[in-house]
Amino acid sequence: MTTEDQFTVENAVDGKLRLSDLRMDPATLAHQAAVAESGGNPQLAENFLRAAELATMDDEEVMGLYEALRPHRSSAEQLEALRVSLEGRGAMRCAELVGQAAVVYARRGLLR
Amino acid sequence: MTELGRFKVLDAKPVNLDGFSVANPELGLVAMHSPHDPSPSLIIRGGEVVELDGKSAADFDVIDEFIARYGLDLDVAQEAMALDEVALARMAVDINVPRAEVVRLIGGTTPAKLARVMAVLTPVEMQMAMAKMRARRTPSNQAHVTNQLDDPLLIAADAASAVAYGFREVETTVPVLGDAPSNAVALLIGSQVGIPGAMAQCSIEEALELRLGLRGLTSYAETISLYGTEQVFVDGDDTPFSKAILTSAYASRGLKMRVTSGGGAEVLMGAAERCSILYLESRCVSLARALGSQGVQNGGIDGVGVVASVPEGMKELLAENLMVMMRDLESCAGNDNLISESDIRRSAHTLPVLLAGADFIFSGFGSIPRYDNAFALSNFNSDDMDDFLVLQRDWAVDGGLRTVSPEHLEKVRRRAATAVAAVYRDLGLADYTDDRIDEVVVANGSRDIPPGDPKAVAEAATAIEAKQLTVFDVIASLKRTGYDEEAESIMRLTKERLRGDQLQTSAIFDENFHVLSKITDPNDYTGPASGYALTAERRAEIDGIRQERTATELVADQAEHRDHVTFTDVEPARQGSDPREVCIGLSPALGRTVWLSLCGLTVGEVLRQISAGLEEEGCVPRLVRIRSTIDVGLIGLTAARLSGSGIGIGLQGKGTALIHRRDLAPLANLELFSVAPLLTARMYRDLGRNAARHAKGMAPAPIFTGGTDESISARYHAHAVALVALERESCQPGEAPITVSVTR
Repeated sequence: MTTEDQFTVENAVDGKLRLSDLRMDPATLAHQAAVAESGGNPQLAENFLRAAELATMDDEEVMGLYEALRPHRSSAEQLEALRVSLEGRGAMRCAELVGQAAVVYARRGLLR
Repeated sequence: MTELGRFKVLDAKPVNLDGFSVANPELGLVAMHSPHDPSPSLIIRGGEVVELDGKSAADFDVIDEFIARYGLDLDVAQEAMALDEVALARMAVDINVPRAEVVRLIGGTTPAKLARVMAVLTPVEMQMAMAKMRARRTPSNQAHVTNQLDDPLLIAADAASAVAYGFREVETTVPVLGDAPSNAVALLIGSQVGIPGAMAQCSIEEALELRLGLRGLTSYAETISLYGTEQVFVDGDDTPFSKAILTSAYASRGLKMRVTSGGGAEVLMGAAERCSILYLESRCVSLARALGSQGVQNGGIDGVGVVASVPEGMKELLAENLMVMMRDLESCAGNDNLISESDIRRSAHTLPVLLAGADFIFSGFGSIPRYDNAFALSNFNSDDMDDFLVLQRDWAVDGGLRTVSPEHLEKVRRRAATAVAAVYRDLGLADYTDDRIDEVVVANGSRDIPPGDPKAVAEAATAIEAKQLTVFDVIASLKRTGYDEEAESIMRLTKERLRGDQLQTSAIFDENFHVLSKITDPNDYTGPASGYALTAERRAEIDGIRQERTATELVADQAEHRDHVTFTDVEPARQGSDPREVCIGLSPALGRTVWLSLCGLTVGEVLRQISAGLEEEGCVPRLVRIRSTIDVGLIGLTAARLSGSGIGIGLQGKGTALIHRRDLAPLANLELFSVAPLLTARMYRDLGRNAARHAKGMAPAPIFTGGTDESISARYHAHAVALVALERESCQPGEAPITVSVTR
């Protein structure tokens, strides 16, 4: 994990900073979630907690998850597999979202 | 029927280029209320919503589903839904009800309920509510920065110009999608020139935009579109669930984001489900809150022409902003689409937001020329900048912008264009010549620069993608090419964003990278003399427009004409006896400190013309200095009483003139030239002739000045006041008139 002190121009020039360094620390997002919650916006807090789960994933996984939830992209089975895999890696909130989507997509004809 | 002259003129007015629709609920062409809007309802069983706005859970579409699951504070819902809309509307306006209490209750309201609350408010009440309900205390502003060529040097120069003017968010997009990575890099660099900390956005297709953001090339996103009906939402290739992931994806990389909605889109797509624009927008705002978006861009986006075409349309747009604020979200208040061909209508659209204040007054002020705006023309564009700065000054309100000198603008434009050229060369993206930089610096827009190699930008963008350049590559390149300040600023921006404070509601960075947000800079308006107030420094910035002049500056041109004629005192003025004599009464400052009249003639020339007119009719002029008054009526009357003929002329230094007669009341003159700026040498000569004819007992035809379309008072009153002040300085109350002679 890159610490804040390592975000220097010199380190950029020396090629010591990588794409993965742009991911938020899940703990930071958890802190921001607590701030949002105490500021009276539990939905914003929920978003930050969901983001904390995505912060541990690489860019392609995040893009894949987004793509899977777009309309007519995934079958019920694919969404269920996605839900299970998210749950398996501890991304409980994202998993729950996928599970909810599967139900309503089936009802509204938005599955593949 | 013969066309009436009045209608001929009216038909040619710009407002009549606008389209106006008869309200039609069947098409969703209705602003505040449709008979098909659902009645507000909310039934909760076992902690779950089983009915929302008249629809049971089994019939929920994908939007209802998401709002029902995430968007409502069920602990408050019963209390809030039990209050009638008038009660809630009054609480929104009432300065004695704290903002937090309104936010708490609105959290429990359904979309249909909040729409009903809006519908009972007048526009002024909405503004009152906005003053209290917007989340951030300090208003700010956002700019569009685009050009038709996607020229990266011009993007950078215009971004640097935008931040110099005070914009804290800059947003670009592309006419050609493939150019997007280049635009993002150029915008990022340009936005940190001169003043650091502005956030930058590249608004493009959702997935590509996210990819650029993940690589740190942008710092916020706002084109995450929401729609109020499921059909249009799905046509937009998303669902609330995919948007939820998108929302979180941005947060996971420290990117600020807000969603975009804005009324009229559903009507344009032919799927408004017979509902009002306001109700569908209320669904969008509820959904935005449910998604965990910190803010919403609405109130005059792409569908603005639809909204403005129906009765109450502009009011509906204002209600859109207010709904966002009442749901405790950042309001990026639209105004980013040209609402009308009429300057009056487009000003009328923006003014209420400017006066009430929003987190961002514009969700894209067109900081570039109209033709260069790759979004769409904004409601205000670069050629409206002076108007906007003057409006801030007129009302003493903060629209987030400030005056920039041409010298400063040139400096930042050059630095930005040069920096981008250096980085593009260093990274092997493109080679731009110094001539190109020079052209970009002075250009108003892309039409002022040669198109250049049409493939250069596309190739640069392709290279950025092929190399998968990140923000760190840009920082390193800036450092290598000697742009240390910009390298440091972008690194700081990157570092700050990973702390996440700018993810909170309504966050911007100030010039020292302090976050101003709902958390750090909460709106504390509780009525008069509370809430955001201009600091003395900010007030001076707003007041100090470049066109401002002191009285001394306004009369500086007088000195250039000093002593072009010489006035010599002859004797205390005596009563004349020659029936051909007409006295010309001179005001106190004429030929002492005032030498040039408002129409541009020197006082010497004005007197020469008047005298010549008198002489042509066989009369004899005598000049009399009136020292005791600056009033042109009294000056003329005094001259008339001294005159052998009983007719006198009054003349002020600024050129105002009249003919008087000794037996009239001071204000009842024979003929008056009140609009000094419009006068000509010919008219002064005619004035002399008419005075002579009066002296000879004739009844001359009045002089016809022809009228004007000019705003005389706006153009000349500042100048006139400065000249009147000189008259007052020269005035010697109680001193008798003196006969004077003039020599050339």
